[in-house]
Amino acid sequence: MIRVENLVKRYGNIVASNNLNCHFEKGKVTVILGGSGSGKSTLLRQLTGLEQADSGAVYFDGVNLTGLSKKKLYVLRKKMGMLFQGSALFNYLNIFENIAFPLREHTKIADNIIKTIVTMKLEMVGLRGTENLMPSQLSGGMMKRVGLARAIVMDPKIIFYDEPTSGLDPISTGVIDKLIRDLNKTLNITTVVVSHDIESCFRIADNIIILFYGDIIASGTAQEIRNSKDPRVKQFINGDPEGPIPFTRTSKNYLDEILID
Amino acid sequence: MEIAASLGRYTLNCIQVFGRSGIFLCVSIFQAFVLPFRFFRLVKEIEFIGSKSFLIVFVTALFTGMVLGIQGYYSLSQFGAEAALGTMVALSIIRELGPVLCALMVTGRAGSAIAAEIGIMKITDQFPALEMMAIDPLKYVISPKILAGIISLPLLTAFFDLVGIAGGYLVGVKLLGVNEGAYIGRIVSAVTFTDIYGGILKSFCFGGLIAWISTFMGFSAEPTTEGVSRATTNTVVVTSLSILIVDYILTSLLL
Ligand SMILES: Nc1ncnc2c1ncn2[C@@H]1O[C@H](COP(=O)(O)OP(=O)(O)OP(=O)(O)O)[C@@H](O)[C@H]1O
Ligand SMILES: [Mg+2]
Repeated sequence: MIRVENLVKRYGNIVASNNLNCHFEKGKVTVILGGSGSGKSTLLRQLTGLEQADSGAVYFDGVNLTGLSKKKLYVLRKKMGMLFQGSALFNYLNIFENIAFPLREHTKIADNIIKTIVTMKLEMVGLRGTENLMPSQLSGGMMKRVGLARAIVMDPKIIFYDEPTSGLDPISTGVIDKLIRDLNKTLNITTVVVSHDIESCFRIADNIIILFYGDIIASGTAQEIRNSKDPRVKQFINGDPEGPIPFTRTSKNYLDEILID
Repeated sequence: MEIAASLGRYTLNCIQVFGRSGIFLCVSIFQAFVLPFRFFRLVKEIEFIGSKSFLIVFVTALFTGMVLGIQGYYSLSQFGAEAALGTMVALSIIRELGPVLCALMVTGRAGSAIAAEIGIMKITDQFPALEMMAIDPLKYVISPKILAGIISLPLLTAFFDLVGIAGGYLVGVKLLGVNEGAYIGRIVSAVTFTDIYGGILKSFCFGGLIAWISTFMGFSAEPTTEGVSRATTNTVVVTSLSILIVDYILTSLLL
């Protein structure tokens, strides 16, 4: 579905994507794992064409997204759904209008049918009855679910999730994980999830890609990653503070820096 | 050396901001005329910038007119020329005070709110969310606001002029006893089409200026809470100063 080739993205002297090569299989759930600042969101923004790579290519269904015109990109976007880290609901619209928004913008569907579709999507995420509330009246977990309902309202072929479960309680996390899994299985939607939640990752993932400061240090099926002998992968999965992955990023020696004067 | 370097950096920065905001304005205006035309968005924005400013413009205009009535009366009566009060009030309001004060009030009320609204949309990822739904954020969010600014300000200014002149009438004629016929008759004979046209032209420019600066400030705000609050403050400061400067330029060109 998506193939990434030699992708490079720099911000100043930070290398957010360092020559990445990977692919996202059709109909599968692929989880991009990595610590804070490892370039997960940056990769996701490049997969969706929200950000242009410095070099390299992203092929979406065989079409190269880098350097694509806005018009053509918008045609592809109609096949994509995205759940943002902060839900990104429109704060001036109520829940019903938030979910109905893409339908109203892109289709000429009659009002009563829009109402049916929105009600169905809200039922899927278990929030029927909240139609008339404003986003500010919902909890974080509920907002994520509304964001999810909005992301699937146009029946996309692929959904991107940026940290769908971060900051949620264990039950909400379970609910979201189940939703992701169900959408993938019942509607056969290709799924890309950015996460640093190991437990939830193994609950939903078919394939896993582990990023570390711009590099892919491991990729494979969930089983392969779980049984990996690579010490860096093991450290990440077990959350060990000590190991081959250093906690700090700077290359300067700590003692040198402290003892400088 | 240090000073030269920082001066150079500052200048480059300024030119960059000008360039970016210029492109931003051009694209937004261009997008406003690309189909589909977003009529309801435009009406909503006109309601926000225009209708909701009516009260504040009314009060400002009324008191400005009344003060002009008093001040004008005392100045003019020293030469025994009270009868010219109508001319004085009407000309100063139509040519200068109407467009400028109206624009300053709208900046404080609507400009800061627009910058804050767009800044908040930015920090909550609503622009990329629109992008992901295949909707151009500039066309959907920015264009209607800029058009609404350009449409609303001349209308508000016309209203300001009317109320201001009525305020002068209240004080001058009803309170201080200037002849009613002289007040109105002098206005009709002294105000030319050029005066009105000049005032309206100014208000067009100010409307565009307010919408442009406030949307750009919000759009380019740093994506943090401080960034948004800085954008709001900067909007009021930069827009108010720009209005006064542009007013001088336009006045000198028109005269
Ligand atoms: N717009 C930007 N401008 C400058 N630097 C950026 C920008 N976006 C990201 N970066 C840098 O790129 C690196 C990767 O950022 P990214 O947001 O992709 O991390 P992440 O893996 O999503 O982290 P988190 O889990 O905290 O969301 C970071 O060091 C960040 O500072
Ligand atoms: Mg992130």
